[in-house]
Amino acid sequence: MADEAIVNASGTDTPAVHDGSGGEDGVRRRDFINIAAVSFAGVGGLAVLVPLVSQMAPSADVLAESSTEIDISQIAPGQAIKAVFRKQPVFVRNLTPTEISEADKVPVSSLRDPQTLEERTKPGKTNWLITMGVCTHLGCVPLGAGEGEVKGEFGGYFCPCHGSVYDTAARIRKGPAPKNLEVPPYEFTSDTVVKIG
Amino acid sequence: MSFPWAKEYKPSHPLMQWLDEKLPLPRFVYNAVGAGYPVPRNLNYMWNFGILAGVCLMLQIVTGVVLAMHYAANSGVAFDSVEHIMRDVNWGWMLRYAHANGASAFFVVVYIHIFRGFFYSSYKPPREMIWLLGVTIFLLMMATAFMGYVLPWGQMSFWGAKVITGLFSAIPVVGTPLQQWLLGGFAPDNAALNRFFSLHFLLPFVILGVVILHIWALHIPGSSNPTGVEVKSESDTVPFHPYYTAKDGFGLGVFAILYCTMLFFLPNALGHPDNYIQANPLSTPAHIVPEWYFWPFYAILRAFTADFLFIPAKLMGVLAMFSAILVWFFLPWLDTSPVRSGHYRPLFRKFFYLLVIDVLVLGYCGGSPAETKYVLISQIAATYYFLHFLVILPIVASIEKPAPLPFSITQAVLGKDDQTAPAA
Ligand code: HEM
Ligand code: FES
Repeated sequence: MADEAIVNASGTDTPAVHDGSGGEDGVRRRDFINIAAVSFAGVGGLAVLVPLVSQMAPSADVLAESSTEIDISQIAPGQAIKAVFRKQPVFVRNLTPTEISEADKVPVSSLRDPQTLEERTKPGKTNWLITMGVCTHLGCVPLGAGEGEVKGEFGGYFCPCHGSVYDTAARIRKGPAPKNLEVPPYEFTSDTVVKIG
Repeated sequence: MSFPWAKEYKPSHPLMQWLDEKLPLPRFVYNAVGAGYPVPRNLNYMWNFGILAGVCLMLQIVTGVVLAMHYAANSGVAFDSVEHIMRDVNWGWMLRYAHANGASAFFVVVYIHIFRGFFYSSYKPPREMIWLLGVTIFLLMMATAFMGYVLPWGQMSFWGAKVITGLFSAIPVVGTPLQQWLLGGFAPDNAALNRFFSLHFLLPFVILGVVILHIWALHIPGSSNPTGVEVKSESDTVPFHPYYTAKDGFGLGVFAILYCTMLFFLPNALGHPDNYIQANPLSTPAHIVPEWYFWPFYAILRAFTADFLFIPAKLMGVLAMFSAILVWFFLPWLDTSPVRSGHYRPLFRKFFYLLVIDVLVLGYCGGSPAETKYVLISQIAATYYFLHFLVILPIVASIEKPAPLPFSITQAVLGKDDQTAPAA
């Protein structure tokens, strides 16, 4: 627009010189510069979003707190303790032989999130059921690990928030939760110490 | 932008004339809420709630900024700093109760404002943009109130934050990383509290910006009115000032009495005692519910208990909850009846009242524990809620025979209008 006006005002009729279209392929130099400039500015603008977005992700210190050691020597069969891993509760439970056989009795194919107790524990340590104490529905802490808490109709855990019921392998059996209680990554550093994370 | 008979701003004082030349702010006010803004003469008290919502926003901003001078957004001390506000800061108890109850008052006012829109179909052309901006404001308000409720870092604050951000974990694939990104951790903690405070401070000003757009859009066609008949001539209108400044002023007085009654005599009636217990990440309160203004939507969330085709129940609930508000965005195109006001739509009116009852039932269920009977009622009520907007409204619009409309607002008010053709 602007250079057209100039062209007209000066009375020349040699637009080929003034509109900057040089090449035989018909690409105007001005268009090229426009597209190049806007693209570079656009890429630059988008690059600024990277730190703006990633500053929201868990920071280094939060990630650094990501492993916990637990002494399990004091947990008798049938008992459980609550520990903390990544600021969230972990249930460490010493299953009784009855609880183990109850978990093994269930046909795996009938489960919402099919898994055997063996898949959810370490080989030779099937009695140590270690799971996050975080309901897979919306994240409440289920009852059943503490002394005297209700364990729900399948003898495992019961979430009071919206009524999810877990069995003795902490697998979801009833209610809105989609998944079994999550098994965090862990290893036995000795017979009495577990390292979670 | 206004009607041709709108009075023009003519400052007589030289100072005001000088100001009008340099920055015509008084002119702007005069044309927006002064004698220069002609408004339908028949507005009833339902048209009071827009101004009241503006007053509530100001109330929240003023009390909020003051609270922020004493509050500390750190998970180690946040709870104590709120107790410090309650016990030690001069008038702190009042400012905090004013802010907490102000949020409730704001939602009462805005819900009435929205249902006014439903009844008088204020969303219909030419006012669609006003409506769309209004729904946007409502969404922003919900986000603001949710984050504000987290700040005192009590048990309800913490578990509310956990459960609501948990909603995002329902989204396939990106859900859990998204939730961790929102929280800046694996569970709500200092990072989450800090960013919620920052956003809780910011969002009300964003709301203020959208409110300005909302009113700008309103001033193009002007207000609708209880008959839904558009303004035709000067006799249909009165100047905003003094007529509606006075009427709105009276409404504001009534509002202030009710608000102060809550503030001074029942300050905790709408709160939860559990929020006076400091956040404990290892123990969930037995009965967690959001604040009352979220109940209808919370009931819809919990109504989905079984998987639907390949969509898991949890995701369905989340989608339904958000859709319950998003469906409002489509209202101008779902309700195709040319008649606006519910007064002249006998069939529509019945369904309007059913919707009100339905939302109250949802609200009741949303505030109750997740027992089978409430879940069942929520399922029925949630189904009806969506039926109302997606099926009933379009059908009613096409089969209903509306009652005859008055010729003009003047005729509706005075029984006659000199402008009317010979018939009158
Ligand atoms: C749209 C307007 C607003 C709404 C709906 C709103 C809502 C809320 C709610 C529900 C609470 C929790 C109250 C409690 O249980 O104690 C809260 C707390 C708080 N708000 Fe707001 N707020 C708004 C505007 C603001 C603004 C503009 C500021 C500051 C600039 C602010 C600062 C605070 C602070 C510091 C707290 C924590 C202290 C407390 O818990 O009382 N708010 N807000
Ligand atoms: S959070 Fe456990 S059932 Fe909803």
